[in-house]
Amino acid sequence: MDVFVPRTLDEALEIKAARPDAVPIAGGTDLMVELNLNRRRPRALLDVSRLAELRRCGREDGAVFLGAGVSYTRVIAELPECVPLAQASRAVGSPQIRNRGTVGGNLGTASPAGDALPVLAAYDAEIVVATRDGARALPWAQFLVGPKQTALPPDGLILGARWRIARGPGSFSKVGTRNAMVIAIASLCLVLDEEQRAVRVALGSVGPTVLRAPDAEAYAAEAMARAGTWDDPAALPAPREIEEWAQRVAGAARPIDDVRGTAAYRRHACAALARRALRWALEDRRAGGRA
Amino acid sequence: MRVRVRVNGAWRTAEVWPGASLLALLRDALGLCGSKNACEQGECGSCSVWLDGELVCACLVLAAQADGREVRTVEGLTTGEDLHPVQRAFVEAGAVQCGFCTPGFVVAVVDLLSRDPDPDEPRIREALSGNLCRCTGYQKILDAVRLAASKLGGSSP
Repeated sequence: MDVFVPRTLDEALEIKAARPDAVPIAGGTDLMVELNLNRRRPRALLDVSRLAELRRCGREDGAVFLGAGVSYTRVIAELPECVPLAQASRAVGSPQIRNRGTVGGNLGTASPAGDALPVLAAYDAEIVVATRDGARALPWAQFLVGPKQTALPPDGLILGARWRIARGPGSFSKVGTRNAMVIAIASLCLVLDEEQRAVRVALGSVGPTVLRAPDAEAYAAEAMARAGTWDDPAALPAPREIEEWAQRVAGAARPIDDVRGTAAYRRHACAALARRALRWALEDRRAGGRA
Repeated sequence: MRVRVRVNGAWRTAEVWPGASLLALLRDALGLCGSKNACEQGECGSCSVWLDGELVCACLVLAAQADGREVRTVEGLTTGEDLHPVQRAFVEAGAVQCGFCTPGFVVAVVDLLSRDPDPDEPRIREALSGNLCRCTGYQKILDAVRLAASKLGGSSP
């Protein structure tokens, strides 16, 4: 096994072009488990933890850029205004895992259970990837193409994710057997976009990839428009409309039975998470809070 | 491959398998067996150490990633026969049974108290959520943290 430890992005991309079989390692929270337990023996490893270009995080040109090498601990400290992302980051593993795990790792591993992924999907984030020939941005849905499958080219590295900042409340929530150290049975990110009067919702761990629920999104935005909620936060949609929203969100799930939960339970969890998330968001707007 | 790491203040060099973890480097190559090897998947916290001042599971760090960096282990908490105040609090509170998880807990508690000298219970529970103990039921560990915090009197350990 070869280990490459580049100091610059250019150097890393040269190595990746010459050795597309080199598996990138950042926080190691996925890959080291496979190495330790003898489940995988890559021919080469490419340490990306020393690349300054991947550790950038903050506002750039009216958008947020989150470098692939930024740990969840740093996300919590440095992007508190991105409330759903900070909440998802707090739901990752444990302090030790959050100190090491990165958003780039969630993207590269592309497990449908990756905690940050529903947030990036609800943000309509772009994933920035680089090869020796330059960088380009892919919409998240074109990057996450299947369970543990991405559109990352063999000679490419993930630079990070980028999204436009939407004004409005939002949240991330997750169902699991305890608060810490759980792989989600179901997770949900809800974002209200006040300017576009849009509702965006994404589901994790209930399909082959992260899923959006466009039918439910349109329904909720229209229900809020009918009730006058967008102009008057105290004017709320009817309870039966919130229930209909929850059922439509659950209808977008494509869950399977596995060791963590059954498909039926996951669909039920999606409805519960959707119902709560919309109520929290409406309550936040009424209280004048915004995310 | 050859890896050079500053461990508890001293530069150490060792030859390791390229896929080896920092935990394997510490235990097998450098003979520092305070950090325990249990789950090897970041679940149990028994191998908690500091890498450049950050609390990490040594089993999830590739040894090569630690090259040229600073590692502090449970062995670096004290010198000689003296116990660190957090270690003493664990003994006094009865928070040690089989002792296997203890070094990882001690490191995590020292880390917590260095950042929050007077943590409340939810904060303690969250800070220790990455460490598993199968003996104590955790209550005496929580007692030990409170005892250590009061002994240290809010000063940084």
